[in-house]
Amino acid sequence: MDFKSSDTLTSGTVTGPREQDVLPATAAAAVKIVIVGGFGVGKTTMVGSVSEIRPLTTEETMTQAGIGVDDDYGSETKTATTVAMDFGRISVSDELVLYLFGTPGQERFWFLWNGLFEGALGAVVLIDTRRLEVSFDVIGRLEERGVPFIIAVNDFPDAPRHPVHALRTALDLDERVPIVSCDARQRVSSRDTLMTLMRYLHSLALARA
Amino acid sequence: MTPPQDPLQDGKPDDADPRFQAEITARRERRSPVPPARPETGAGTGAPTGPGGGPDRLYILTGEDTERAPIDLVTLIVAKGDPSPTAQPEHSTLLRLCRTPLSAAELSAYMALPYSVVTVLLTELLAADLVHARAPVVRSALPDRSLLEAVMHGLQKL
Ligand SMILES: Nc1nc2c(ncn2[C@@H]2O[C@H](COP(=O)(O)OP(=O)(O)OP(=O)(O)O)[C@@H](O)[C@H]2O)c(=O)[nH]1
Ligand SMILES: [Mg+2]
Repeated sequence: MDFKSSDTLTSGTVTGPREQDVLPATAAAAVKIVIVGGFGVGKTTMVGSVSEIRPLTTEETMTQAGIGVDDDYGSETKTATTVAMDFGRISVSDELVLYLFGTPGQERFWFLWNGLFEGALGAVVLIDTRRLEVSFDVIGRLEERGVPFIIAVNDFPDAPRHPVHALRTALDLDERVPIVSCDARQRVSSRDTLMTLMRYLHSLALARA
Repeated sequence: MTPPQDPLQDGKPDDADPRFQAEITARRERRSPVPPARPETGAGTGAPTGPGGGPDRLYILTGEDTERAPIDLVTLIVAKGDPSPTAQPEHSTLLRLCRTPLSAAELSAYMALPYSVVTVLLTELLAADLVHARAPVVRSALPDRSLLEAVMHGLQKL
């Protein structure tokens, strides 16, 4: 493993949260919501709009072996890919913290985050109507994993606009899955999008009860 | 609570807006016939976390109960005390950072270390009983309404 040199770690160059970003000692539990979508669809923007901390990034390195070199120790064909994930935080109360993770749509990277969707309350699928099809795979995977999600259409100025029913048909979504439009750059709009997800989760919980 | 104000939901396409003229050509097909639903309680019934559901999860002793729990991105870590002078630098840094609660994800970000490296370090600190892990509220704990309501309440204040 490739640690930073010990000098770097001890000399105080690792700075923790700014004073205003420190969680109270009473913080006892955390929940997470995942914001997922294709490249450039506004994931980082949405995380940043609602986060109380400057969005942070966690990274993971994936080493991929070349073809058929499993037991070939001398092989030079391994490649390392660094995959980053942005996240932000909202203190819901003194005890409860909500984390928001913005993650790219390519499902093949999700395993890196050790249960990113496991235990997640739900997901917001951000879509761009100029490239609807990039979200198909993500939506399918969420359905398979049983992760409840809503669709948020990020309204880019030159993107085509479609009535909700047309989007629902194109995305082959259940009637109950909410579809909303949002502007990820705006705090209120992003907050409302998260609220829509929460109301949906609440209705699912009520239906189960 | 009022329903979201959503221009899409108003459903009245503005014929004057050329952006409404576009037809959707792409079509997805639902993979599962059932609407999204949360799997019920039960360890081990969840989706695999890696290709082939392999042993790529890290299990830790939480110290607070005897059940083994994986470190999650949002597991809150709190140091039990100050680092000893002989501690490994990485351990000292972690202990210094989590004098107040920080999630494993935040620790990874502040230390600029890969998330998997941080989980290894945290596993060591937990084994040495130097930190507390405040387990995330997980799906296997029933997604109870009061939790959802607490989150909604918090969002409303934003
Ligand atoms: N008009 C408009 N622009 C947006 C909106 N959301 C994001 N953008 C812009 O779109 C660009 C990409 O946004 P990002 O938040 O970086 O997208 P991302 O999904 O994180 O992108 P990657 O991490 O690169 O996949 C930025 O220039 C944003 O300012 C939106 O709601 N409306
Ligand atoms: Mg981004």
